[in-house]
Amino acid sequence: MEQLKTIGRELAMGSQGGFGQSKEFLDLVKSIGEARSKAEEDRIVLSEIDILKRKLLEPDVPKRKMKEYIIRLVYIEMLGHDASFGYIHAVKMTHDDNLLLKRTGYLAVTLFLNEDHDLIILIVNTIQKDLRSDNYLVVCAALNAICRLINEETIPAVLPQVVELLNHQKEAVRKKAIMALHRFHRKSPSSVSHLISNFRKRLCDNDPGVMGATLCPLFDLISEDVTSYKDLVSSFVSILKQVTERRLPKSYDYHQMPAPFIQIKLLKIMALLGSGDKNASEIMSMVLGDLFRKCDSSTNIGNAILYECIRCISCILPNPKLLEAAADAISKFLKSDSHNLKYMGIDGLGRLIKISPDIAEQHQLAVIDCLEDPDDTLKRKTFELLYKMTKSSNVEVIVDRMIDYMISINDNHYKTEIASRCVELAEQFAPSNQWFIQTMNKVFEHAGDLVNIKVAHNLMRLIAEGFGEDDDDADSKLRLSAVESYLQLISEPKLPSLFLQVISWVLGEYGTADGKYSASYISGKLCDVADAYSSDETVKGYAVSALMKIYAFEIASGRKVDVLPECQSLIEELLASHSTDLQQRAYELQALLALDARAVETIIPLDASCEDIEVDKELSFLNGYIQQAIESGAQPYISERERLGMFETTDYHPQDHHEVPSHTLRFEAYELPKPSVPPQASTELVPVPEPYYSESHQPISTSLVSERESSEIKLRLDGVKQKWGRPSYQSTTAASSTTQQAANGTTSHSDGGVGSSSSKPRSSYEPKKPEIDPEKQRLAASLFGGSSSSRTDKKSSGGHKPTKGTVNKPATVPKENPTPVQPPPDLLDLGEPTATTVSAMDPFKELEGLMDSSSQDGGSNDVMGLYSDAAPVTTTTSVDSLLSELSDSSKGNSRTYQSQTSKGPNTKEALEKDALVRQMGVNPTSQNPTLFKDLLG
Amino acid sequence: MIKAVMMMNTQGKPRLAKFYDYTPVEKQQELIRGVFSVLCSRPENVSNFLEIDSLFGPDSRLVYKHYATLYFVLVFDGSENELAMLDLIQVLVETLDKCFSNVCELDIVFNYSKMHAVLDEIVFGGQVLETSSAEVMKAVEEISKLEAASNSISLVPKSVSGWRGR
Repeated sequence: MEQLKTIGRELAMGSQGGFGQSKEFLDLVKSIGEARSKAEEDRIVLSEIDILKRKLLEPDVPKRKMKEYIIRLVYIEMLGHDASFGYIHAVKMTHDDNLLLKRTGYLAVTLFLNEDHDLIILIVNTIQKDLRSDNYLVVCAALNAICRLINEETIPAVLPQVVELLNHQKEAVRKKAIMALHRFHRKSPSSVSHLISNFRKRLCDNDPGVMGATLCPLFDLISEDVTSYKDLVSSFVSILKQVTERRLPKSYDYHQMPAPFIQIKLLKIMALLGSGDKNASEIMSMVLGDLFRKCDSSTNIGNAILYECIRCISCILPNPKLLEAAADAISKFLKSDSHNLKYMGIDGLGRLIKISPDIAEQHQLAVIDCLEDPDDTLKRKTFELLYKMTKSSNVEVIVDRMIDYMISINDNHYKTEIASRCVELAEQFAPSNQWFIQTMNKVFEHAGDLVNIKVAHNLMRLIAEGFGEDDDDADSKLRLSAVESYLQLISEPKLPSLFLQVISWVLGEYGTADGKYSASYISGKLCDVADAYSSDETVKGYAVSALMKIYAFEIASGRKVDVLPECQSLIEELLASHSTDLQQRAYELQALLALDARAVETIIPLDASCEDIEVDKELSFLNGYIQQAIESGAQPYISERERLGMFETTDYHPQDHHEVPSHTLRFEAYELPKPSVPPQASTELVPVPEPYYSESHQPISTSLVSERESSEIKLRLDGVKQKWGRPSYQSTTAASSTTQQAANGTTSHSDGGVGSSSSKPRSSYEPKKPEIDPEKQRLAASLFGGSSSSRTDKKSSGGHKPTKGTVNKPATVPKENPTPVQPPPDLLDLGEPTATTVSAMDPFKELEGLMDSSSQDGGSNDVMGLYSDAAPVTTTTSVDSLLSELSDSSKGNSRTYQSQTSKGPNTKEALEKDALVRQMGVNPTSQNPTLFKDLLG
Repeated sequence: MIKAVMMMNTQGKPRLAKFYDYTPVEKQQELIRGVFSVLCSRPENVSNFLEIDSLFGPDSRLVYKHYATLYFVLVFDGSENELAMLDLIQVLVETLDKCFSNVCELDIVFNYSKMHAVLDEIVFGGQVLETSSAEVMKAVEEISKLEAASNSISLVPKSVSGWRGR
């Protein structure tokens, strides 16, 4: 019986085209669904393309058939194959008078063509005609096509008609005309600049839908130019007020919220207008307060509006009451079980923290929960928040966390971002140089070549300069620790190139500095590096230069140098290298080995990378030679400047010719053959911007060794503002010497909090809340604990930060906020629902709302059917309606249950559909379960 | 602004893709694959949001919802609200559901043009046009009625079909 039925269905489908399509199309979809590999799918599609090519060329294709071909073209293009051979037919179809065909044509054309395609010219005329049509559906179709197909040049062709349509009697047309104008504005603002008043006018349209549509272009216009729309503030506020007071027709309600999308747009606009404007903010505060009170936080859309209010408040100049309301809303979000709301809460927190930095402390545990959440999105958002609230007291914890996370992910894009954030934070807030070096090592090791090259130079500079004060002991300790850590790391396989450059440089410069490691040990390691990364010329270059320094220091100190055999062979290999740079280095090294100690010491003095190089600008040592030459009849030298009569360039910085390429003076003649261009220019050829080269190519001594210049002579840090290490660079001049101490002071405090688990702060509230994981508390204390104390010593802190905190205060923080802190973990830990409810939470809550609205409509039962049909079906087959999952999980919902029992016909309908689907070979329980697996999951 | 609407099944087959700025076919495929590979690695019971700068450029977010065998995906920029976009997916699904009574993946595959008609009523040129599924239904039904009319009696003069449209 069942079989008979299916056969009948199949027949019917064959003739009628099943779901409105022909048998061939069904077959195509079906066979693609059955394809087991991409290659098989491609084969099917290619043969389909052949068929279509042939059929499209047949004379007198019936229009109905043609429509189907076009749809098939769209389908194969969606699968990623080229369907351009059929574009012209789609274009032709737009000319048809039949609405169905015309719409199909427009649909295909909007999907196929871009606005600059050659065929567009054939459509513009049709669009013009259709915009004048008296069938509003044709007009709508044309407006729809306009959005995609009209470019800057063709806008004038349709503009007058679109403007005319702004007054069309149908609101749907007016709405779309507004949107089309908006689109024009986006594409070419100048083309519609004279029409902007129309947007203002349409804001007062009788139809709320048109008004709502107008908000979209206005939002764009206002974000471009706030000042000229200040007059509209009160209009927007009053519209929002009317909307919230439910003055709009019932049909604009969505899940019992009055026109939520309009509210959201209005709030976004208000945020723009109220930013930094006290008057506007005051006008808005009333309605914002109302919104907080009225918003229903049990629905998704209600929360969307709440979030938008928070966002708006974080932009305008809010009064304290509003801030409080926003903070309340945020804490509700953070306490929620829904990840979406937590995400919004964290986002809101990040916005509000700029205005009131205290707010984060109340939510520390919630934030930490989010940090440990399995949800990546939430985690990233939380890292963003942490990044915003980093200060010197919590930088260690935050950066450590960031690095851990960075190691765990594979997404290069985000890895780069988080690595650069780590570096930025470390540079800005590092409590000690040692920590900075360790952190940088980790970043380099794991993010490798994703890190900006400047960061590496910065690190080298730091190691070279040390604290920049007169504490040589600390400096050498720092260097030793860097050397030790690098010697440990160097044998790890596959280190990133950039990191190896740093390692080689540091080992060369300081590897043997304090005698702990022998020259042969270090040089052996360096040879290993050059050997292991033989394809990386930059690294090799660094390694050879490092070797040269090691040997130079040895020779200079009078020790006998034994060149290791592997080093010897490396030199020999490089002497014949294809890279002239490496060759040059090798020759230099070879030459250096033959020199005596005094000469070597002058060439490469020990630890001189930071020394300012005295350059004899006048080349006075050549005077005797010149004198001699002139006496024997040579012409005296006239500088190029004098020859050309140019005198304006007086003060020339040796390094500047890299930055000012247009400068005519060239100094290459004085340089070593090796170029000393900064490495970012061309890393392959010019790898080592080592400071000592500058010695050899600075023929003119600059008497004005300005501070800027002196830093330039060392490592190049263009654009990298030095944020720590030399506090005098910063704006805080008075506290410059104390900052370092303050930072160190707080570190030791937070260290205490992190290190010893029985520190005072926790014990003060631990007994009350035993369910809080001590681990988390510790983290919280280290993240947030120092915040009040550190606020004073945050070096770049703006004036708005309260300065009440004293430095010695980590213990007071837990006392301050035991009450606000505890609720989130309470909710999370005690009231933790079972797994099923959690899973049901999100989608089904919304569907409840869906049911409510549809039952209120009283109209269709389809939605109920949704729930009911699936129950019988899912148990037997996996063919189910889209929402079938609901049936399993909505059992707790009595409403749903009732509806399941009462809606008979829909079950039947669903069964029919199921049968239909089955007979198409889609039933996974039949012999071929992989059939249509693709279609049905 | 909404940048793209996508539907794909749990195997990564695109079921509907609409990009509101022109995107070449190869790029579309790349984006669809990229989005799918992110989506399918997401565990259950996590948020519906993704920051997807790596695929769609800076400040792009993605909201997705997983129904049975289909992912519904919206990609948009900072001028939209994530939660609201989630509700927009809801609107779309509700509407499709009314349209096809118990919508399933097959409906979407086979009713390509109708799907687009529905979508065009909800999102227009990258902006949210209508969020009431009843209104969308009304508009779509009107279109299908007219289409059916113009289809069966294709000799009907234009003025008559115009009259019916009112």
